[in-house]
Amino acid sequence: MSNPQIEIQLIASLVAISCAIPGVFLVLRKMALISDAISHSILPGIVLGFFITQDLNSPILIMLAAGTGIITVVLVERIQKTGLVKEDTAIGLVFPALFSIGVLLIAKNANDIHLDIDAVLLGELAFAPFDRFLLFGTDLGPKAGWVMGVILLITLVLLYLFFKELKVSTFDVGLSSALGFSPAILHYGLMSVSSITVVGAFDAVGAILVVALMIAPAATAYLLTSDLKKMLWLSVCFGVFAAIGGYWLAHWLDANIAGSITTILAVVFC
Amino acid sequence: MTQKIAIQVDDLTVAYNYKPVLWDIDLVIPQGVLMAIVGPNGAGKSTLIKAILGIIDPIAGSVAIYGKPYKKQRKLVAYVPQKGSVDWDFPTTALDVVMMGTYGSLGWIKRPGQREKKAALEALEKVDMLSFKNRQISQLSGGQQQRIFLARALVQNASIYFMDEPFQGVDASTEIAIINILKELRKAGKTVVVVHHDLQTVPEYFDWVTFLNVKKIATGAVKDIFNDDNLTKTYGINYKVAVNK
Repeated sequence: MSNPQIEIQLIASLVAISCAIPGVFLVLRKMALISDAISHSILPGIVLGFFITQDLNSPILIMLAAGTGIITVVLVERIQKTGLVKEDTAIGLVFPALFSIGVLLIAKNANDIHLDIDAVLLGELAFAPFDRFLLFGTDLGPKAGWVMGVILLITLVLLYLFFKELKVSTFDVGLSSALGFSPAILHYGLMSVSSITVVGAFDAVGAILVVALMIAPAATAYLLTSDLKKMLWLSVCFGVFAAIGGYWLAHWLDANIAGSITTILAVVFC
Repeated sequence: MTQKIAIQVDDLTVAYNYKPVLWDIDLVIPQGVLMAIVGPNGAGKSTLIKAILGIIDPIAGSVAIYGKPYKKQRKLVAYVPQKGSVDWDFPTTALDVVMMGTYGSLGWIKRPGQREKKAALEALEKVDMLSFKNRQISQLSGGQQQRIFLARALVQNASIYFMDEPFQGVDASTEIAIINILKELRKAGKTVVVVHHDLQTVPEYFDWVTFLNVKKIATGAVKDIFNDDNLTKTYGINYKVAVNK
């Protein structure tokens, strides 16, 4: 294996693990669709962030785009609270609207630069190793790997610290609230982590396929275990398996890596 | 009355989408009673408990637990939500659910250890569920799930217990087991508040009762106020139950 090959698989695995962890809680909270909404509605945030920073891996861009993700969640809840429509309808109203703003922004202003709609929707993992992280002239590896590594580290620390709180608020909102573990804080915490993960991952796997990496491993693990910790471990394993398996499937078929990863995820679930 | 006041509710009003669910509730619950909250569907029984526990924000009014706001008295209060309010397919075991009762005293970040596990096992034993400790919760019967919820409240070792329909969907032996535990709690000087549906068993199980239908109809000792008059006022139809004591 050549160096870029190893790097691509490493990035894919980092993305898979980072997505699998919040994915478990989204599946258990029956919020899988919200990840779909976030992954689309971050687009205007990414475009605006790109105009400002001119760098897809900039932390400012990630924060801006994650902010759009949180706005999505808030908007969905606001619309739902009016009591006029159900949650799925509210999701269906919000994210296409935000997504379309992003599409228009790209079409009007960014047609001739690296940011195009194909790249946003599908990502291109194969190009990830070209964008290097240089520090004082030393090559420290692909930028995407560093970005995902930092996001994964943050996710793991938060999971370790707040595992108990996440568990109780996911299982029993009423008890969680009565015990003093504010379900709202935990909910928005989880939404923030999910948004940041989606933004970090979209460059590699695209806005649509990141949903597959969040939901499919968790949904598969859910069928196989009755223990939350095991469910997390299994999701991570399925995610990494699909990431590496998907890479070699794409290599063999000469096809898009993200598409191959998602195909493997679908097969694993079946 | 010389009894200490456990819970005091003043002018409590709660609304969903501008529609009042509870209207101007005043309620004083003395310490050491086993109280039923009765009323028709949609009367706001669960909402009353949730508002007392700060799960729902009221639009007006206040709640005091032993004279202080709930937020300062969390550790004195245990709560058993309606069994149907949680997803029993959640990947966890009976023991783990009971352990959740200890989370409140641990606070944020700190993890449960051996002491919490021991307390949870004792609580499981009290509800006769020790042999099911490693069972996945979806594989328990309705009655067993309710016992697990009761054990989770017991492990909190509280002074006041709120229970939302603990007898819903349980068999006769579980119902007796639960009511016996509740009576033991009362004997130990604890205050127990139960949302209850079966009017026939009120005089047998409880010594205190609150009639609720959006507004408070009446509250007091079962022997004084559990009569056809209050039942009719609460349920709106002419109610006849045999309450001859």
